[in-house]
Amino acid sequence: MTATTHQPIDSQNKRGLFQQLELDMRLLGMIGAFIILCIGFNILTDGRFLTPRNIFNLTIQTVSVAIMASGMVFVIVTRHIDLSVGALLATCSAVMAMLQTEILPDMLGMGLNHPLTWIITVAVGLGVGTLIGAFHGWMIGYLTIPAFIVTLGGFLVWRNVAWYLTSGQTKGPLDSTFMMFGGTNGTLGTTFSWVLGLLAAGAALFALYNSRRSKLAHDFPVKPLWAEAVMGAVISGSILGFVWILNSYTIPTRRLQRMFEAKGEVMPEGLVVGYGLPISVLILIAVAVVMTLVARRTRLGRYIFATGGNPDAAELSGINTRKLTVKIFALMGFLCALSAVVASARLANHSNDIGTLDELRVIAAAVIGGTALSGGFGTIYGAILGALIMQSLQSGMAMVGVDAPFQNIVVGSVLVAAVFIDIVYRKRLGAK
Amino acid sequence: MTDPKELRAQGATPLVEMEDISISFGGIKAVDGVSVDLHPGEVVGLLGHNGAGKSTLIKVLSGAYQMDAGEIRINGNKVEITNPRDARSHNIETIYQTLALADNLDAASNLFLGRELVTPMGLVNDAAMEAECRKIMGRLNPNFRKFNVPVSALSGGQRQSVAIARAVYFNAKILIMDEPTAALGPHETQMVAELIQQLKAAGIGIFLIDHDVHAVMELCDRASVMKNGQLVGTVDIDDVTDDDLLSMIILGKKPEKAAA
Repeated sequence: MTATTHQPIDSQNKRGLFQQLELDMRLLGMIGAFIILCIGFNILTDGRFLTPRNIFNLTIQTVSVAIMASGMVFVIVTRHIDLSVGALLATCSAVMAMLQTEILPDMLGMGLNHPLTWIITVAVGLGVGTLIGAFHGWMIGYLTIPAFIVTLGGFLVWRNVAWYLTSGQTKGPLDSTFMMFGGTNGTLGTTFSWVLGLLAAGAALFALYNSRRSKLAHDFPVKPLWAEAVMGAVISGSILGFVWILNSYTIPTRRLQRMFEAKGEVMPEGLVVGYGLPISVLILIAVAVVMTLVARRTRLGRYIFATGGNPDAAELSGINTRKLTVKIFALMGFLCALSAVVASARLANHSNDIGTLDELRVIAAAVIGGTALSGGFGTIYGAILGALIMQSLQSGMAMVGVDAPFQNIVVGSVLVAAVFIDIVYRKRLGAK
Repeated sequence: MTDPKELRAQGATPLVEMEDISISFGGIKAVDGVSVDLHPGEVVGLLGHNGAGKSTLIKVLSGAYQMDAGEIRINGNKVEITNPRDARSHNIETIYQTLALADNLDAASNLFLGRELVTPMGLVNDAAMEAECRKIMGRLNPNFRKFNVPVSALSGGQRQSVAIARAVYFNAKILIMDEPTAALGPHETQMVAELIQQLKAAGIGIFLIDHDVHAVMELCDRASVMKNGQLVGTVDIDDVTDDDLLSMIILGKKPEKAAA
């Protein structure tokens, strides 16, 4: 026995501020880097970067990659990789575009903008994505072809299936209800956004309270009460602040006028209407919550992390790791399809190059977000923050006027540097 | 509990019978027609050089490998064990030489891996699992305190106690221990020896793989010796000396008088 094992549990009353708050230092580092990035761009663009308008745009641009990145976390945690997500997104998008612009309205005679079009389209799209993902998973798990090869092949196959389906044409305009998933075309309005923000803040506080109560019920050590209060204030403050910022982005007057004209009304003079939370962002938040729940509180999540930590041990513990692989890739396929909904709805049409290079953005987001390629470690919120950092970097550089080639050079270098910093950090911590 | 030696003398049905087991890897017979058995409350040692086929034989029983030929009977009934889940459903628990722990998870998650406690909503109940983990570790290793760190941060002995806890917690009837003391210091080795005595008294049958002939002499009732994938013989520990066992391991010859 080493001496450390004799430490009683409650002897650590001299812990530091951050330890008392039980904060993830890695997450703090990322948030810090993100804030520095934002402030830096804000100075360089004379205050144009941190406007409600730009934050709104940044958010809806991040959604597609962030949704896929949350699935990529599970894939990478189990020591696999998926190079086909961008191509799979394109295939799902192509299937859905054909459905809503040709098959449903013309061949089935439902006409344009039928109220059922969007439901059928989304259901079929999600089904196709899930099936293709499951097929990848079956080849990886049961035929034991390496994920790298299966998804490299898939990258070529699905990119060109998409091309074949649409004959390479841009398909649009999409169904008007479907387009509400895209961003500016579908927002909640300010009142509902506030209601939702307050509900979310309440739910977060309730979750904190519940976790503390459950720890106390088992006599486990808990944080001091003031630390819980600070955490609660920070979390609910961030939620409401986010709603406030998005609500402050108002619909441009010209556009508002056109919206009133479309309804045959006259816009009152001086009317100001905020967009509120975009539906696509709500989808991302739902994905983030569900995926985090899956990762932390379900058997599936436990098995994913156990398999990533030690595949042999997982197998010997009776976990069916082959079936698990199928499930993980099916989930990845489902999320690609969901991203396809958001991405094509945002562009208001399906174009042949949709999702190009997304596989690299998604992998980069997951890795910058702290997912270890050696398996076993990764968080959903990290991957989403990673996606946000990547997108901020890209659009910030575009706003500053950095030449296109340099933008990609910087993004590539940041990816490598971020992973290096992570390696150094893990070594310092003594983890592997 | 009846003495396992008497049980055998009465011709009682063994807890486990592995009969004529064979398994090959790429043309090499790793285990070649080996038969061993185990009674309740008995400790049977498996001895032999590295590569003699001990671990392979035992992995057939724990479901990690599938045999090419042979039959496994539990309480006289033929059973099919094609994966570790099957073995667990027959109350066979294994402590692997490698410990088979997921290094990135904490002790409680490893203890319940594959058999998580869940809330009525079907979510894993971490608090309940940690509480159970604290209970069993309090019995096995009272000094254990590191419940909230990944097991990669634990010492060899602590990791071993997590692996042992996992095998013992779920009411094992048949326990396989593959070199359980290989990574341990003298004090912890003694703890494992005491544990084996306790489990034996509770009527659990144990297959113990060990390189240490003295440990086998001290802990086991019988010993089966393997060499080059074949069974040299099974002997009653009371009938043999250290030297007899060593000559079986090294020369592959069964001593004349000691027929088990």
